[in-house]
Amino acid sequence: MPAAPLSLLWVVPALPLLGFAVNGTLALGRPGAKRTVSIVGVGTLALAFAASAFAVIEFAKLHAAAPLVFPYWEWLPVGELQVGFALQLDQLSAVMILVVTGVGALIHVFSIGYMHEDPGYARYFAYLNLFVFFMLILVLGANFPVMFVGWEGVGLCSYLLIGFWFNERINADAGRKAFIVNRIGDFGFLVAMLLIFWRIGSLDFGPVFARAPAAFAPGSAVVTAITLFLFLGCTGKSAQIPLYTWLPDAMQGPTPVSALIHAATMVTAGVYLVARCGVLFALSPLGSAAVAGVGALTALFAATIALKQWDIKRVLAYSTISQLGYMFIGVGTGAYAAGIFHLATHAFFKALLFLGSGSVIHAMHRAYHATHAHDDAQDMRNMGGLARHLPWTAGLMWIATLAIAGIPPFAGFFSKDEILGAAFAEAEVRPLWYVFWAMGMAAALLTAFYMTRLMRYTFHGPNRTGDREREHLREAPWMMTAPLVVLGALTVLGGGLNVPRLFGGGAFLEHWLEPVTSAAARLHPVVDTARTTEWALVVAAVLVAALGMFAAFRLLRPAALVPARLAPAETGLARLLWKKWYVNELYDAIVVRPIVWISREVLWKIVDARMVDGLLVNGSAAVSRALGWMGSRLQTGEVGSYVMLFVIGVLAVLGAAVR
Amino acid sequence: MLLEPSLTVSAVLFTLGVAGVLLRRNAIVIFMCVELMLNAVNLTFVALAQQLGVAGQIFVFFVMAVAAAEAAVGLAILLAIYRHRQTLNLQNINLLKG
Amino acid sequence: MAPTLIIFWGFAGLAVVSALACITRRSPVASALWLVATLFALAALFVLLDAQFIAVLQVLVYAGAIMVLFLFVIMLLNLGRAGPSDLKGPVGLGVGVLLAGLMLVQLLALRHGGPAPALALAPGPMARAAAEQGMVPAVARPLFSTYLVPFEITSVLLLAALVGAVVLAKRKL
Repeated sequence: MPAAPLSLLWVVPALPLLGFAVNGTLALGRPGAKRTVSIVGVGTLALAFAASAFAVIEFAKLHAAAPLVFPYWEWLPVGELQVGFALQLDQLSAVMILVVTGVGALIHVFSIGYMHEDPGYARYFAYLNLFVFFMLILVLGANFPVMFVGWEGVGLCSYLLIGFWFNERINADAGRKAFIVNRIGDFGFLVAMLLIFWRIGSLDFGPVFARAPAAFAPGSAVVTAITLFLFLGCTGKSAQIPLYTWLPDAMQGPTPVSALIHAATMVTAGVYLVARCGVLFALSPLGSAAVAGVGALTALFAATIALKQWDIKRVLAYSTISQLGYMFIGVGTGAYAAGIFHLATHAFFKALLFLGSGSVIHAMHRAYHATHAHDDAQDMRNMGGLARHLPWTAGLMWIATLAIAGIPPFAGFFSKDEILGAAFAEAEVRPLWYVFWAMGMAAALLTAFYMTRLMRYTFHGPNRTGDREREHLREAPWMMTAPLVVLGALTVLGGGLNVPRLFGGGAFLEHWLEPVTSAAARLHPVVDTARTTEWALVVAAVLVAALGMFAAFRLLRPAALVPARLAPAETGLARLLWKKWYVNELYDAIVVRPIVWISREVLWKIVDARMVDGLLVNGSAAVSRALGWMGSRLQTGEVGSYVMLFVIGVLAVLGAAVR
Repeated sequence: MLLEPSLTVSAVLFTLGVAGVLLRRNAIVIFMCVELMLNAVNLTFVALAQQLGVAGQIFVFFVMAVAAAEAAVGLAILLAIYRHRQTLNLQNINLLKG
Repeated sequence: MAPTLIIFWGFAGLAVVSALACITRRSPVASALWLVATLFALAALFVLLDAQFIAVLQVLVYAGAIMVLFLFVIMLLNLGRAGPSDLKGPVGLGVGVLLAGLMLVQLLALRHGGPAPALALAPGPMARAAAEQGMVPAVARPLFSTYLVPFEITSVLLLAALVGAVVLAKRKL
């Protein structure tokens, strides 16, 4: 095994797993031991971050050109398929583990304050630790099956955490919806794995990507099928069209969960997958076009929905879907560094936005709890003017808003700009990419608009919470605000990770990821654009963002809003957007209802009740009874009939002898 | 020379014994038909012994001895049954009916 | 036709007729007596087949002891009278006749089979053996040499039958 200290890489995922074990036991035995749970939960994450940092530093010293693979034990030796439990460390997984453990640790700290009053405190931290464990397995896996274990595991934890307050039907339903929709994507992942093994004979990343250019002709049907099926998995896990419907519902879970799982880490697993399998996507023009195209469409589509949502978390959820679309534009174009860059910056500012909204919701809850009101604490129409009461939160969320809108010099500007630049460059070779670029720009405009809308309705203008509640609104305790500050700093400085050469920067992240992305880049070279074109694109992007924000300031009037229970229903286009283009209703009619009908009418009433119960179970009993009846008829008790049977037997024997 | 006719007669007698066993209901008569069957077999053995050697007759010897033992025990059983059920009609003796 | 054959068929016919009468009489005593007639006819056939010793045994043991035992029991149970016909009903009659007929056909078919070559018998036909040693030694010598073990076992069997008959027929055990 290479590099002795690094062979302890397993420690990084093992620490959260240990946290899960301890907290899980406490959840079952002594749920009241909140201090211990907090120390274990946060401590294991902090240690995991330290271990990751140490591992990455050691790794950086090696200047390795190939990934370091650490096989730990033989897991599935089945004939020609030899799958081992192996972890690998390369430049890409290094970025991922730092993001996961770093942002994860901050969110764990936030959770101490946010979940303090909850009776399921220990259970929460147990699940959260388990989630981080699985996410680390996902990004550290050295072969597809190990990654799939992580993939499924994070889906499981997502289900457990979305439905954390499962006593209410709506939360349990949301968890179930997330799991089931994810499962459809997982089917795609599995099919892709089968195809890869069928054609290449191995499932380890190293051999697969090394042999892929030889095994697949560029653009052939098999590799296109593989990429499309892999991407199906990505649409499920990373909430792209058509499998995104679970993410807005996932907002039923606690807000830190939304921050960690549905903003910073789990949903980025799809982007990581595409980046990891860059070689395969580079071999399939159709596959990468599908990735970029779906990403662009989703980015625009989700942004339109976010324009008219009133629940603060729903806005952020659709915003996440939209930003994930950007990341897929990036990795679909072949700009893997740009996509991962946006992944990292998005983790910073989206986590900040979610945790900030968590602070807001926390304050609103406290206020309503004090006055025993039953209004919706998450509806923006019940907020307004909160900047007076929560100044820190407001300020930090404005930083995040500027970042997501793409205003320089914040992190989002650099990452978003690079993706759009790469798309525009690619369009010289493949004109279809102009459409994707245009969609991206339109989505950027809408992003700036709806984020500004969120900020204005929540923090500025008159307060609509209610006179008695107002006095209870105040800033969250420092334990919740401190992580926000750290994330704010990262948002401000994060752009420095990958300042492009255009601005005189060293493009650090791009160089760092080069050993991983070079194989794909060789197959599908990144197009270079002229300096002037690049500057023009930058200026256009900034203008679009500024226009969006300006429009939000001009067109929106927070003063005209009324509290949610008094608000009139939406009409026309607004209603269409507010109802999310009726996609859920469409899925319900096309998919859910037929399946429920088939399950009830066919599978239950016919197959289960009539065929299995009637024919097989009762039928076999009836056959036994008939045979038994026939047998009992023979037991007459009369010697005469026994003798007759005797004679018949003798006749049979003699008959055989006569032959 | 007498072999084939003997075998024929033996077959006929055996068949008559089987018919008697199948058609009669009185236990003692059935028993007698069984004896008839045994005798038919004896005839076969003796006929074959004439051609093939003394072993056939030895066998008849044993058959007779066993028939005697069997008759003794069987009649004792019939006696016991008659004492219990006052009938030897086999259709009425059906306590083993399942 | 040779005289042997005429005599043979005569006694054979007698045996068959007696057997038929035996199975169809209504009175058990009548059946028993007709069976005795059958046994006598068979004894005659045995004589014709060079089995004189066996013929005598047939008369002495079979007809003389076993059938007498039958008659004792019939008399003891007072079954001698001709009771109502105890033949089975029409269905049973039909089935019985059918099965018996099938059996007859098969047995007649098997006559042509002949003995299997695996049977290792003493060489030479009975007549020669009887002429050399006399009838009784011809049977007795193999009985007490080659077939001694079955002979002894048969005696044990007779003992068991004796004990069994006594026990089964007791009024009180």
